[in-house]
Amino acid sequence: MSSPVRYIDRIREYYLPLYNNPYKWAHYEDAPFTPLKKPLAESRVVLISTSEITARDTAREEGDDRQSGGGVYTIAADVPADQLYTPTPSFDKHATTMEDVGAFYPTSALHEAVESGRIGSLTKRFHGVYNAYSQRHTRERDLPEVLKRCREDGAEVAVLTPV
Amino acid sequence: MCHQTVSLVARYLEANGIPTVVFGAARDIVEHVGVPRFVHSDFPLGSPCGEPHNAAQQREILEIGFKLLERAFVPRTTVQTPFKWSGGDAWKDLIFTQAQPFLDAEDEKAWLERKEHYRKLKAEGKR
Repeated sequence: MSSPVRYIDRIREYYLPLYNNPYKWAHYEDAPFTPLKKPLAESRVVLISTSEITARDTAREEGDDRQSGGGVYTIAADVPADQLYTPTPSFDKHATTMEDVGAFYPTSALHEAVESGRIGSLTKRFHGVYNAYSQRHTRERDLPEVLKRCREDGAEVAVLTPV
Repeated sequence: MCHQTVSLVARYLEANGIPTVVFGAARDIVEHVGVPRFVHSDFPLGSPCGEPHNAAQQREILEIGFKLLERAFVPRTTVQTPFKWSGGDAWKDLIFTQAQPFLDAEDEKAWLERKEHYRKLKAEGKR
């Protein structure tokens, strides 16, 4: 098996002809850790994504506060996968496709996991976070908003998927 | 940028008492930020939860995340899923290279415009 792509190095080289100032990626020495408080079969799970997932019926969305960079929005958790799509251009279009939302937004698999009893339940709402060039914007404005929405819905475990 | 944003969300939720698991493709970015639990599939950007139209594999990858939630006992625990991209590994040599631009001209223009807008806001002290 070949090694994973070193994206930080690859992206730095890719954009070097355009910018003299390479992007400084967020980096922390330590990481927080919270053990599960109860079995998954009794836990309420939320799905959070940066995939710009969008419902074809926009009435199912709320609170879209997309800014020039960043922002948080919410989408009903029970929108079927065939009613979802993403407009994002930020994926490897030469190697894969966004036709099947299950490959980046596992709502169907999560609903199946509820039906089989593997997890207790899902929150009523799932959340999206738009990417921001500014880490400060993400940290100071978007993260507290995501936490607030998770707490409003009683989320006990979070599944996160980037694109 | 997506992997960084998701990693920052994971850290913040975890620090505030909500256990998290990140499913991702860009291993170096997620591990550079540092998250509690990470399920890495060595797949192209856009398919962090399994190959498109392979629901069985997607379910297996989700289950690996569930097990990681149950069994990880320290932060920065990464699990590598056992799957290989069915189309081969050629994409790894081409992603983010001048030979194969990541965004087409229109996407690149829109991205640069958003970036310029952000710079102006920052210069005006609004960010």
